[in-house]
Amino acid sequence: MTALIIAEHDNVSLKSATANAIAAARRLGTEIHVLVAGCACSAAAEQAARQHGVDKVLMADARHYQGGVAENLAALIVSHARAYSHLLAAATTFGKNVLPRVAALLDVGQVSDIMDVLAPDTFVRPMFAGNVLATVRSDDPIKVITVRATAFEAVGQGGAAPIETIAPGPDLGLSRLLARELTHSARPELTEAKIVVSGGRGLQSGENFKLLETLADRLGAAIGASRAAVDSGFVPNDYQVGQTGKIVAPQLYIAVGISGAIQHLAGMKGSKVVVAINKDPEAPIFQVADYGLAADLFQAVPELISALGQ
Amino acid sequence: MKIVVPVKRVVDANVKVRLRSDGSGVDTDNVKMAMNPFDEIAMEEAARLKEAGLASEIVAVSIGPDTCQEVLRAALAMGADRALLIQAEAELEPLTIAKLLRAIVAREQPQLVICGKQSTDGDANQTGQMLAGLLGWPQATFASKLEIAAGSATVTREIDGGLEVVAVTLPAVVTTDLRLNSPRYTTLPNIMKAKKKPLDKVTVGELGVEIRPRLATLRLAEPPVRSAGVMVADVAELLAKLKNEAKVI
Repeated sequence: MTALIIAEHDNVSLKSATANAIAAARRLGTEIHVLVAGCACSAAAEQAARQHGVDKVLMADARHYQGGVAENLAALIVSHARAYSHLLAAATTFGKNVLPRVAALLDVGQVSDIMDVLAPDTFVRPMFAGNVLATVRSDDPIKVITVRATAFEAVGQGGAAPIETIAPGPDLGLSRLLARELTHSARPELTEAKIVVSGGRGLQSGENFKLLETLADRLGAAIGASRAAVDSGFVPNDYQVGQTGKIVAPQLYIAVGISGAIQHLAGMKGSKVVVAINKDPEAPIFQVADYGLAADLFQAVPELISALGQ
Repeated sequence: MKIVVPVKRVVDANVKVRLRSDGSGVDTDNVKMAMNPFDEIAMEEAARLKEAGLASEIVAVSIGPDTCQEVLRAALAMGADRALLIQAEAELEPLTIAKLLRAIVAREQPQLVICGKQSTDGDANQTGQMLAGLLGWPQATFASKLEIAAGSATVTREIDGGLEVVAVTLPAVVTTDLRLNSPRYTTLPNIMKAKKKPLDKVTVGELGVEIRPRLATLRLAEPPVRSAGVMVADVAELLAKLKNEAKVI
């Protein structure tokens, strides 16, 4: 049995969630191959080859894999899939986009967002915003799986797997990437940060998120937000932590002005230590917080900032 | 241009579900049900395209028992012209749902299918992509902006780290993300009108789709409960706890 991991990368470097997906694959006890499909992507392929546990890297280099568009990529994966027992990718927007298309083309089901591997065909996955954990067995000949990155500790580097160049598939011409606008920030990435500072509707405006930025910078933290803050237009959707946004599990999660709706808790309750600051002492967020401070955030956060600055 | 919008009846997203005491499933007795929030966004987008003169007809489709007529009536009140219920008793997997929708697409010949990106019960995030794959159509998932021009759609997608813009040929499948729009509140006159709009039923058998589950659910469990910690009096105490007790800063 061999598992194929679909690498997520920007042609130059591998996205860290791929190392978490490799970690999940190692639990299967299979041989592990990694597919790097891109355009001028040899640097990313070399990085994939260095990941611990990888036995071989397949590299498909063509212009029409440049943006990782699902249609061309799915066709390529499907043309190689019969050699594999498992196809895996991290449950990022990339993996979520591509793998279900692959599964449908192979006429197999998909197991989404796995949090544990119990056997090569048996996995634990969340449903209902993480309020139900289902243990499921896949009876399909090829298991197609997306992996919750925070549930598997990323593999390290130090491997030296061979890289095999494979022939690219056709350009289907169904979809074209016109532009990509990525947020550039000096702060750590939300899903990888050791500390996350998140704001909710209590912040009252996008302008007030500057307060959290200052706090985040003092702590070396990433900034997140609740769905309410995104819906209110305070911050981009990319900040969203929750059932329909990102799943985070930092060492320290500081929820500021967040009430603690079910769908938000789904995205952060794996955090090691949770701090909640909210002026409503009845807010549900306090039920999951290790340390709660019932206070006006517009007083508490500046106090925190100045105390940390000393 | 005809648009098909699949809508799912789910446990209201604000309800914290509990498992039945025997662990056989989620307790839905006396639990508030609603249209999946992302499907509401899909329905709203279709209604806006029709109001802008870009769509001629909207067909809402739901799959499940007769109770799913509720969400179909809600879709009709939001602006769908017709509704179709695919009658099914069992809880179906996304692959089967996608195959049933493919059969509907073959009948209806829409130029666009707008799906919610995920349902808030199963949280699978698969159906739209699977449908696009089965049809050989392009897919524009997690859309936050949708523009239709002759024979193509330009879609802004929410991706990790920011946004991207893709152009897809039509027909296509689009799945909705949060910021695409804010669904309207339906008015009483529209709810009354919706009662008179056609709602047809079709069985899984009539669509020629075989139901074959691929996943066996071995066990359902509730996650370990995170217990509440302590309340601190002020910022100084909070910082002291984080430094000395939790040792995280």
